[in-house]
Amino acid sequence: MEIAKMTAPHAPLAAAGGLEDGELGTSYGKISAAIDEVYSEDGVVVLMDMGSAVMTTEIVIEDKADSKVRMLDCPLVEGAVLAAVESTGGISLEDLTVKIKESYNVRKFPE
Amino acid sequence: MEMLSKGDTNMLDTAKMAEIIRAIAARMETEKDYLTQLDNEIGDGDHGINMVRGFNAVMDKLPEWENGDIGALLKGTGMQLVSNVGGASGPLYGTAFMKAGNVLKGKSAIEAADFAAALEAAVGGVKLRGKSTEGEKTMLDALCPAHKAFTEAVAAGDELKAALQKAVAAAEAGVEYTKTIAATKGRASYLGERSIGHQDPGATSSLFILQEIEKCL
Repeated sequence: MEIAKMTAPHAPLAAAGGLEDGELGTSYGKISAAIDEVYSEDGVVVLMDMGSAVMTTEIVIEDKADSKVRMLDCPLVEGAVLAAVESTGGISLEDLTVKIKESYNVRKFPE
Repeated sequence: MEMLSKGDTNMLDTAKMAEIIRAIAARMETEKDYLTQLDNEIGDGDHGINMVRGFNAVMDKLPEWENGDIGALLKGTGMQLVSNVGGASGPLYGTAFMKAGNVLKGKSAIEAADFAAALEAAVGGVKLRGKSTEGEKTMLDALCPAHKAFTEAVAAGDELKAALQKAVAAAEAGVEYTKTIAATKGRASYLGERSIGHQDPGATSSLFILQEIEKCL
């Protein structure tokens, strides 16, 4: 989140990690509030870890009944930086969904 | 409305459902350390803690639902689990209870056939939410055999309690079966073959829930 903010200081970002009391876990309330915080007509993308983060986000989105909120499957850190940079460049939700797949192939060092 | 006769083992009303939810919450408290220990072996070691956190939140709200219908009570239970558990069991059990609640919407007393329909929706909900099926070392390895045994028993004319006894027996066998297979879903899937020999914590908590339902009837 902080790295993403550093590379794209004007991107609307919100973090929703952990439970309300700071414990490890996924919070429906935090995810829902984070989506509302950055929501605009352009839409919102949600990046997440596996397991409860995926399933809880699904339920939050189903409850909001809004097609402009989308979950993206990508490496969390690399994807977050890419999404933050791209979202300040006026990219559409659809194009970002395609673009984010590039983060699958980001290599940290040559093998 | 006709009052249920004491000891009626084929009907279940809102008060009885509230009693069941209380019994499940108490059981999770009792089994907290055991579930966490099972989860420590193959997962992230929080299952017992998460289930207790979730059902404590359910207990806080239960009095608000006791005078309503069974559907609303189950739906509320599911929403509290989704909002408070914190781990994967939250959205999974939450979906199960919410789906069951949808099926029983507006009903203040149910019998075996209604319970079968609710169980079907609950198990289907877990499969969809977890994108999982039987044999992946998850709660479905207890729930699917239980659902099958229950449906067959009801079709053969069993009353609610008798059918649930068969469902519990099938879930027990399912929990044993989880020791023999490798996990392909959830955190335990990182361990692959090394998860063999360990009992799945989610299947275990599902068994505890079914046992409490059966005991209360």
